[in-house]
Amino acid sequence: MRYLFYPGCSAEGSALEYKTATLGVLEALGAEVEELEDWTCCGASVASVVSNLLGVVLPARNLALAERPPSIPPTGGGEARGGQREVLAICSACYTNFRRTSEAVAADSNLLATVNQALEVEGLTYHGTVTARHLLDVLANDFGPEAIAARVRRPLTGLTVAPYYGCQTVRPYSPFDDDQRPTSMVAILEALGAAVHRHNREASCCGTSLLTTKPEVGLAMAGAVLEACCPADCIVTVCPMCHMNLDSYQDRASRVMGRPLSIPVLFLPQLIGLAFGLPDSALMFRRHVVPVKPALAQLSG
Amino acid sequence: MTAEVVNLTTVKRDPTFVDSLSPDGRLVHRCIQCGTCTASCPAAHAMDLSPRRMWRMAQLGLADEVLHSKTMWLCSLCYQCQVRCPRGIPLTETITRLKELALERGTVRWRESTVFYRAFTNVMRRYGRMREIEFMALYLLGTNPLAALGYAKLGLTLLARGKVHPEWPGLGKGRLDRLFERVAELEGQQ
Repeated sequence: MRYLFYPGCSAEGSALEYKTATLGVLEALGAEVEELEDWTCCGASVASVVSNLLGVVLPARNLALAERPPSIPPTGGGEARGGQREVLAICSACYTNFRRTSEAVAADSNLLATVNQALEVEGLTYHGTVTARHLLDVLANDFGPEAIAARVRRPLTGLTVAPYYGCQTVRPYSPFDDDQRPTSMVAILEALGAAVHRHNREASCCGTSLLTTKPEVGLAMAGAVLEACCPADCIVTVCPMCHMNLDSYQDRASRVMGRPLSIPVLFLPQLIGLAFGLPDSALMFRRHVVPVKPALAQLSG
Repeated sequence: MTAEVVNLTTVKRDPTFVDSLSPDGRLVHRCIQCGTCTASCPAAHAMDLSPRRMWRMAQLGLADEVLHSKTMWLCSLCYQCQVRCPRGIPLTETITRLKELALERGTVRWRESTVFYRAFTNVMRRYGRMREIEFMALYLLGTNPLAALGYAKLGLTLLARGKVHPEWPGLGKGRLDRLFERVAELEGQQ
């Protein structure tokens, strides 16, 4: 399996551990991963508000970069669509922006022409042929629980994990899971030897930028997710925004919810990496606000 | 949540208002007022107009009321109303267009929202990628510098954990200046 990796802005800053754990896990699974050269911001949830066209052009710039022929010829097969590599996104907002752009230009050839008039200044052309994939889709479907189980060196027996998908991992684009009751993580977590705590906030919203602009509203949203997850030993997420909101604001969310909420929040590839026996340098648990190590004391052996 | 009666014979209306929201604003006319959007919205309790009421007002052309409401600025883009809408209306996408129009017309209800979008766009344009600390600094300076004190404890924790690392602000030409200028030019032609 070969992927063009789009880390996204958060993975270069606050969510660096998500990037290193992803790369570590994919390497352990035998994937060939190359970072997309010269990538820029996908526009997040901001560009499309500032300008409808900008909200399509910024993701299209990156997809156009991904459509360029590879600098090094492929060493093995496995890539989809006539040798073209898929773009691997680990942030659910980047993923949604790429999917949204592919759909918009496929539905409107005038829009594609306008996008390319804009991309001229960057010396790029977008054809609409590259597809973006979410890391969770790749782990659950390209590799799958069996391949993951086969690589486990240290089973997570005794650990109870609350999966948290968030919104844009499965909405509005959900080619690989249910948009109301997603289940992709269950078999992966079980393959690691962990017990799964199912709850009713798995695909609820973490509050996104409302934690900055309207904290009292955003904190209640993050708090409701934390409350539903609390019976577990830890939460796993697949989005840097969800991680920031759930890990960094637990003291404030506790005040809003009127009860103490304290639970470590891990990125899915960090937990997989732990079971694979990857080194601390790939997992970087020390970067989290809520300490992770006490939860891991649950692990037998 | 207010539910005042609106007198449609005296209030100012713009009947083509939602139709002008490209690409799919006209689909709002399909709305049958079932209320699934309001029931699905995690922030509806904090809105002045419930999503259902806002869409009815949009259908009726009550542009001023809609564009001055808090509703769109409490939308966190969770897409729950859009995927559940039994009439297949792209509600979340249309809210994004309402935000664009409100920014354009200067009817944004909260200064926090305007400053948030402006600060994010400036950092993105300058570096081509987000710089979290610079963005938060611009946001706090533009809204309430004293609120920065509220973030001081979290900021120090994030610094200590290596979660964030300050960088020198860049000067001179922005990485995406040409692309942003070209997009503005093309939008002017439309």
